[in-house]
Amino acid sequence: MEDEIVLRACRISRSFEGITAVQDLSIEVRKGELFGIVGPDGAGKTTTIRILSGILTPSSGEAFVGPFSVLKEPERIKEIIGYMPQRFGLYEDLSVLENMEFYAELYGVPRQTKKERVESLLEFAGLSAFKRRLARDLSGGMKQKLGLACCLIHRPKVLLLDEPTCGVDPLSRAELWRRLADLLKEGVTILVSTPYIDEAERCTRVGLMHKGRFLLVEEPEKMKAIIDLPVLEVVCEDGRRVVQEVGWMEGIWEATVYGDRVHLTLASSELREVVASRLDRAGIRPNAMRFVRPSLEDVFISLARS
Amino acid sequence: MREQETVVEVRGLTKVFGDFVAVSRVDLTIRRGEIFGFLGPNGAGKSTTIKMLCGILPPSSGEGMVAGCDLLKERVEIKRQIGYMSQRFSLYEELSVEENIDFFMGVYNVPRARKRERKEWVLEMAGLKERRKAVTKMLPQGHRQRLALGCAIVHEPSVVFLDEPTSGVDPVMRRRFWGIINELSNEGKTIIVTTHYLDEAEYCNRLALMHEGKIAALGTPSELKHGHKEEVLEIELDRIFEGLSVLASRALAASLFGRTLHVPVKRGTPTSEIIELLRGYGVEVRRVESIPPSLEDVFVSLIEKRR
Repeated sequence: MEDEIVLRACRISRSFEGITAVQDLSIEVRKGELFGIVGPDGAGKTTTIRILSGILTPSSGEAFVGPFSVLKEPERIKEIIGYMPQRFGLYEDLSVLENMEFYAELYGVPRQTKKERVESLLEFAGLSAFKRRLARDLSGGMKQKLGLACCLIHRPKVLLLDEPTCGVDPLSRAELWRRLADLLKEGVTILVSTPYIDEAERCTRVGLMHKGRFLLVEEPEKMKAIIDLPVLEVVCEDGRRVVQEVGWMEGIWEATVYGDRVHLTLASSELREVVASRLDRAGIRPNAMRFVRPSLEDVFISLARS
Repeated sequence: MREQETVVEVRGLTKVFGDFVAVSRVDLTIRRGEIFGFLGPNGAGKSTTIKMLCGILPPSSGEGMVAGCDLLKERVEIKRQIGYMSQRFSLYEELSVEENIDFFMGVYNVPRARKRERKEWVLEMAGLKERRKAVTKMLPQGHRQRLALGCAIVHEPSVVFLDEPTSGVDPVMRRRFWGIINELSNEGKTIIVTTHYLDEAEYCNRLALMHEGKIAALGTPSELKHGHKEEVLEIELDRIFEGLSVLASRALAASLFGRTLHVPVKRGTPTSEIIELLRGYGVEVRRVESIPPSLEDVFVSLIEKRR
């Protein structure tokens, strides 16, 4: 039943004090997917996740987790989902083990299975060696993994994670994505939000979110193909001069300097020749010039502008 | 690089807290006009290094100069020569745009004769000329961010420190911000960035990766990627999770990327080896392609190797 829809929102909206956070948003997440909501701060990611978790009611529209409505049966939803907010409620004065036991009791995990489940989750999170350490003495990455382990104590089939990699260093981030892959393997469906566009590449499907709406919902690879976006990379010692020479030209939508490289987003790939001759006339000799795969950030910007 | 003048020069820079060596014998030269990035996991020594370069922390040993000031003897003077902007914009939200600028000009002792000109410069750069009376918290994020930058450099420092300046910012605004940073560097300001995020690191001319108090790698983003001894294979296969387990059992650090696996391998490893390995376990490979490693791939693999 790969196509079974586990999470569904139908035209949900929500505003706070007159400011619209989410507008007319629809989403369908199938069983076994790792769905990413990707967008900047203030795009509406947290509001969407909170509505789907049954914590926040939408101003209009309706959402479901499995067969349950977030409006009518939020309590049933809490039984089948694991929800990790941006600041997960760890008890700083309790040890790793005590935090786990607390959540086991909160979710009514039967006494017989509790010990075994706690042990296996600590193992999963790589925290077995730190059982007695107080939560407040953990690094950011370890806290995040403990939070994840606590969310999994009742074996949820659906996991909603709000910016789990925000403020976490690159190694801990890579580690967290590995743990999510382990969960996918076990058939858990995951909805994750992130402000980092490059992380979209790790998801099976992505909604690019901007100002309360999805700009596009697609598999990351297909996203780049759908949007025909020729990005010309010019490698040159003095990238800024390249921008001065050609950045203002008609048909050049974006000119971004990255150290010794310039990325030019062209209206059409034929403009390459025009760029080349213009640089040549200005006496600029690039070390290399080639078309590169557009990044998801390029895709996002081109959609946000249009 | 046209500018060869050295702005930051440190030798043997070390900071010890008790028996913990936070920064160990760091040598570093940063030229005028460079955009220089520090990357690394938490606890790697990035922020301790920055604090020493800003004159906030005295080094335990080593020596150096920042913006013409001696790191050991002229720490107070250094603070006047630098600007600092943190990821949490340090603006007073309840004050107006103009009041914020006035406040920071007071803090940094901008000479009376320069005040009017500097204020107009900040307003122009932040795109707020028409909104100088607006309460800061009412401004869109992108404008607040540029105002914060303007306030941090209102005293025309020659070195500007940025701490994760665009993390979580709208991509359109982020590019505009980095456009301004590039203009500043073009005018000869030296920019030093600390970040966890490769999308910010890509904007730097040179990067230092810190690990356990030392510089583990140093170079331009392209040098770091091309000089990397590994390449990344993007593999599309049926039964993706079986594939993941097989590769993990061979100590290959495969990661799931959507419907593909990314597998770092030694440069030049024949792809047939991987295909045969997987086929041996009944996993069919549909496509293998070598893709350029991202900065994140480079850093994760460099650091995991050292552990």
